[in-house]
Amino acid sequence: MATPEHPILKPSDPSRVFGFRSLNGIYLREWGVKFLLAGCALMSILTTLAIVVVLFTEATRFFHADQVVCDGVYVATSTRETAGDTVLCPECGASHILPASVTFYDFITGTEWNPLIGKETDKKFGVWALISGTLIVSLIAMLVAIPLGLVTAIYLSEYAHPRVRAILKPTLEVLAGIPTVVYGFFALMVITPSLQFFHDGFNTFNATAAGLAVGVLCLPIVSSLVEDALQAVPRSLREGGYGMGATKFEVSTKIVLPAALSGIMSAFLLAVSRTVGETMIVALAAGSRPHLTVDPRDDTQTMTGWMVQMALGDNSNFDMTYLSMYAVAAVLFVITMSLTISGNIVRNRFREEYQ
Amino acid sequence: MNHATGAHPLSQLADRVQPRDRSLLDRLFRWFCIATASVSILILAVLLVAVFYLGVSSLNWNFLTHYPEPDATQAGLGPAIWGTVWVCVVCGFFALPIGVATAVFLEEFKPSNKWLLKLHGFIQLNINNLAGVPSVVYGIIGLTLFVSMAGLFGSPNEPFASVGVKYFDQFFTAGQKALRVPIADPSQPQTVATPGLQALNADDEWVEINVVKSRRDLPRNLKDRRYAIVEGKTSGRIQDGSWYYFRLPFGRSVMAGALTLMLVILPIVIISTQEALRGVPGSLREAGMGLGSTQWQVVRNITLPAAVPGIMTGAILSMSRAIGEAAPILILAGAIFLTNNPGNLMDDFTVLPLQIFDWAGRPQPEFHHLAGGGILVLLAILFVFNLTAVLIRQFTQKNLS
Repeated sequence: MATPEHPILKPSDPSRVFGFRSLNGIYLREWGVKFLLAGCALMSILTTLAIVVVLFTEATRFFHADQVVCDGVYVATSTRETAGDTVLCPECGASHILPASVTFYDFITGTEWNPLIGKETDKKFGVWALISGTLIVSLIAMLVAIPLGLVTAIYLSEYAHPRVRAILKPTLEVLAGIPTVVYGFFALMVITPSLQFFHDGFNTFNATAAGLAVGVLCLPIVSSLVEDALQAVPRSLREGGYGMGATKFEVSTKIVLPAALSGIMSAFLLAVSRTVGETMIVALAAGSRPHLTVDPRDDTQTMTGWMVQMALGDNSNFDMTYLSMYAVAAVLFVITMSLTISGNIVRNRFREEYQ
Repeated sequence: MNHATGAHPLSQLADRVQPRDRSLLDRLFRWFCIATASVSILILAVLLVAVFYLGVSSLNWNFLTHYPEPDATQAGLGPAIWGTVWVCVVCGFFALPIGVATAVFLEEFKPSNKWLLKLHGFIQLNINNLAGVPSVVYGIIGLTLFVSMAGLFGSPNEPFASVGVKYFDQFFTAGQKALRVPIADPSQPQTVATPGLQALNADDEWVEINVVKSRRDLPRNLKDRRYAIVEGKTSGRIQDGSWYYFRLPFGRSVMAGALTLMLVILPIVIISTQEALRGVPGSLREAGMGLGSTQWQVVRNITLPAAVPGIMTGAILSMSRAIGEAAPILILAGAIFLTNNPGNLMDDFTVLPLQIFDWAGRPQPEFHHLAGGGILVLLAILFVFNLTAVLIRQFTQKNLS
């Protein structure tokens, strides 16, 4: 009679019979998994690399768009004086009209941006016209977001009763989760008419409405980042203050705020970076007239607004105007990246270490 | 200490400030804080009321299913809703595994080698910085990397490689009259009506086309006229993709949009997953290690299962971010008019926020009501997502330490 099969140890499975399995398979799998995960992690490096390479090669193409090339032969580069002149190709003798001149210097210092006017050669690409729009919207947004966010964060961190917190915190989370296009709609439909009700000077599209909406958008970001910074201040510091007879107001403003200063500064920098990159609100509510202005009632165009306008237009021909989108994107990327990096540096470098 | 001589000017000041004033200041500040904090609640209330007021009139079944016709009374969100579904499913399919894997690598596989540790820190720093890149920049990157693939693979109209697509040259656009000539190579010029031309009719049957010299020679009765074309008439190129249609480059398609959104939400998925993993106490890992598990066995059997609720909450919240994201899609696809829902990965698409943007940007007030209705639909979807996240957080929270 054949021996009955063991219910667990099957003779066909050597690992069971001998009581051990080769570890080689496990080690191999360990390495395989590690490489797979590392590969996924490298995606982020590749993304950064792709952003830098794409933006800067395409921006270079924009700055070379004022060169006339005939069948691969370089003919001439347009300057501000010669734009519109006719040049002849030295090889085949064909005549070319020099396009508008774009130099890096003019782009980065110029204050006039008018690529959509009729005449090709009168086009000017001075990015400050767009940066000024971005600055004014960001400034208004920060005037809303920083005081409101800071005080809300102090309240949440130092004063609020748990029951109030349970209402306020989700409200802020909901505000943070609302899509930006909704804020754009809100700015256009509610904020602008209200502004016009109080003051006649406001345009249908204006920087103030867009800035206020962006500020509301940034309010939860500022308040949650600042609250994190305040919460990181150890309890012992506060209790030291109370022990010396300080009121809550004094503890909050004279002990906790200075102790959390680096976190607060970093929160402000990150919030500014967010306002600079905000797109849908300004595309809907700020208008599309790039010009250097400080009047917040006027319509204006930000860097992101210009990119949207280019993307919406007929972009089948990759001309100078279309390529300017990449140059503007590169400027935007440099600005937001430096704000984000300096925000992270401020937080890590100037952090007061306790305990 | 002698108060009369006053050792320090500040101590004199402190003497003059009465404790009553200080506590009054404290109470005033508390009320100021409450007033300021309620501003955010007020804003949210005004926003919701305004959107509801503007949008509720356009909500009906037709609005949810119909395509965005130019006539505001008939227009709907159908393609936008389906586009959102397509893009988010594909985006989640790529972003969630890659994001979780990256987070696991960063949190659980810290190398011991000094240089690898530096690389590790660099990747972490890089992810934090990527989270701060404006989404509109990702749109530009997607436009170059996915839509046109930097021109390396030809143009989307004449793709370098494609499977699952048939090209036709179509005469007459009207549905029942359409005559289609199958085209093998999409790069050849469009078919012109010449004598002897054969084509497929609307029922997919081959028919001989009666090509006539001029309009006057067209047959009088409608039955014969169906297959009659004036010589020299040009056709329109259409493509019919099956469900697995795929091509390089992607063009302004669902795939390109989904991959771009993946880039946008990857840092968010990674950071939220990392936080969930950090919430798993180290003692659990050490217990696993003590039993002789390898790193991956600990991750798979102990850390990941313990962190699943946190990971899922983060995943749902980042997907809701993807649903509301409009700027990258706007750069990538533009605001286009679509009459049908996407049917495969290479179809043109639009998403809810983009349709809202399109309507909100028009001057006529009836479109603003449509935009308000679209926002209500969008907010309802987001509400469901967030509610799920909150519920998961509530019901699966276990004290692990």
